[in-house]
Amino acid sequence: MGRNLSDLGFFIGARLLQLIPVLIGVIVLMFLFTHLAVSDPCASWYPHAKKAVLDECRSYYGFGQPLYLQFGRYAVGLLAGNWGTDQFGANVYPQIAQSLPPTVELVLASLLVMIVFGIALGAVAAQYAGRWPDHLIRVFYLSGWAAPTYLVGILLAIFVAPALGLPTGGAFSNNPPFPQRTNMSVVDALLAGNLPYTVDAIDHLVLPAIALAFLNLGIITRMTRSSMLEVLPLDFVKSARMKGISEAAVLYRHALRNSLITTTTILGFTASGLLASTVVVEEIFRWPGIGEYSFSSLVNNNFSGLIGVTIVFAIAVVVANLAADILYGVIDPRVEWR
Amino acid sequence: MDADRETVGEVLGSAPVPAPPTARRARGSDVVYESLRTLAANPLTLAGFVLVVILTVAAVLVEALPPITAAVLGHAWSILPYAPNSIGPLINSPPNAQHWFGTDELGRDVLSRVVAALPLDLGMGVAITVLSVGIGAGLGLVAGFWDESRLGRALSAVILRITDIFLAFPTLVLAIALTAILGKSINSPLTAVIVALTVTWWPYYVRIVRGEVLVIKHMGYIYAARIAGLSERRILVRHVLRNLLEPLTVYATLDIGTVIVTFSTIAFVGLISIPNLLEWGTMVATYQSNLPADYWLVLAPGLAIFVTVLALSLLGDGLRDVLDPRTRRAFAREAQTSTAPEPAAAMADVGE
Repeated sequence: MGRNLSDLGFFIGARLLQLIPVLIGVIVLMFLFTHLAVSDPCASWYPHAKKAVLDECRSYYGFGQPLYLQFGRYAVGLLAGNWGTDQFGANVYPQIAQSLPPTVELVLASLLVMIVFGIALGAVAAQYAGRWPDHLIRVFYLSGWAAPTYLVGILLAIFVAPALGLPTGGAFSNNPPFPQRTNMSVVDALLAGNLPYTVDAIDHLVLPAIALAFLNLGIITRMTRSSMLEVLPLDFVKSARMKGISEAAVLYRHALRNSLITTTTILGFTASGLLASTVVVEEIFRWPGIGEYSFSSLVNNNFSGLIGVTIVFAIAVVVANLAADILYGVIDPRVEWR
Repeated sequence: MDADRETVGEVLGSAPVPAPPTARRARGSDVVYESLRTLAANPLTLAGFVLVVILTVAAVLVEALPPITAAVLGHAWSILPYAPNSIGPLINSPPNAQHWFGTDELGRDVLSRVVAALPLDLGMGVAITVLSVGIGAGLGLVAGFWDESRLGRALSAVILRITDIFLAFPTLVLAIALTAILGKSINSPLTAVIVALTVTWWPYYVRIVRGEVLVIKHMGYIYAARIAGLSERRILVRHVLRNLLEPLTVYATLDIGTVIVTFSTIAFVGLISIPNLLEWGTMVATYQSNLPADYWLVLAPGLAIFVTVLALSLLGDGLRDVLDPRTRRAFAREAQTSTAPEPAAAMADVGE
């Protein structure tokens, strides 16, 4: 127990080991949910097909077999790195791998928006606790919570986007001439050193990121506010005041910096919430990410795609929480990894 | 000191506490007085409380009144301008004095239609939250309270592992997926949503309740009660459950709003296939193609969700202060002495 690298290694290893039973549970549950609800997706994929075609489809996907055999087949395939095929017989893994980076980019962008605005608002709210700026900020962040993401998305896309001249669909206006190595629009454009496309990519990213950030702004704001109020009566703040440091410096250099420790830890939880909301935001802004992919798999009875997406989401949730814990340890020297 | 002796005396059930019967009555009314004081102390909490009361009354009236008045007066029951289904001559009219939220493509009053959807959306929020709290709190209690015996520890481990699996799904994704999947096998779309959202929501309450129980379990008064010979069931009901009510009420109030948003999102993406369903998310979805011209058709239901969820959030946020006896008394004292030591003022004191 301590704070050196091997402790951190053990800590990460133990947490990743805990992930295994969770993943197995997630896969089994999702498999059962999908396969019990719709026993034969072939009929929905080929509504006008002849019986022979349907039979061929069923035998190709194994839909006629008992459920445990189907699951066995899927699980064995998964262990061998085969994530199954979609309704067109295409492997789902490359599709998921391709649609994950844009979502990560979107989530990171909205985290940035959230951190910048949330911490600023939270600090101001703490400074004026109980007075009208505090009330105003509370109404603002609760509005983000109360306004459904789809409504914010629609309003941004239809009223704000034309006013600011921002695009509302996809990641680029035109197909970029450079290779998309990471599939994150801004990163790719930067790697290619193409400035106009970088600006275009950022333009496309701004509104979905804001729509996503607005929903969870309250968590950061409230956390910053309350942890700052907790820190303010402590001795080191008092002594800073006694030294005659200006009030702004006391608040922002001493109190805020220490309260950030608590704020960091909830970023992990927030990331998983953001990830979930991408389903709606990506649908509205036609962002080519995993949220849109999961929605289309759902509509098309693409079971392998749906289970695959769920696996990715579950790993992301656990990894985000792990990252928050590690970050917490890095910021706070009192934390021991065990 | 006196208060301490009183509680210990109560727990030990020893010699009768030498308190006059009037003290007990005064205590009950004190709670109401202090609660109202705390509610009124924060204007936002008060606003949330008033709005929630208005919305609840409106929902009950919309649900209960039409059948009653229809039975009494026949179909000429529309006393108020409330007429969600009556087709009028004004088509796609913007908000005006007669139709505050305008009219739709058949000339129906949009305000009436938004109000008509209130019982469904609010009811869904309440029903799903209550179901999830019931299931989650029950399992959380088991996992937290009975983890001493070997069987209890095994049971609690199983509950927690299953909870972890459900928590690994992102809420909205699981809710949408389950609704779509269940909708294919359950005939009633609303039942499918209720089941899907309850399955999504209960794990959070297992976590919350277990955490609270683990804290409460090691409180001095629980040991005192056990030493005094109170039965486990009595300890559970009188001491553990009663202390759980506070946090659960706060979380549930906040959650009703979240459930309403999630429910309307599921409706928005088109997974509740009921023709002519009056529901806020469905209304937004139906009329989003009319934007930006007929903006009121989307803004009215959107505003309804916004106001409802905001009211519940404001109330829930403030309920924390109302339900905690310590802050409640502080607020009441503050109101009586009227020196109003605001938190900010208290902070300034520290600095000097």
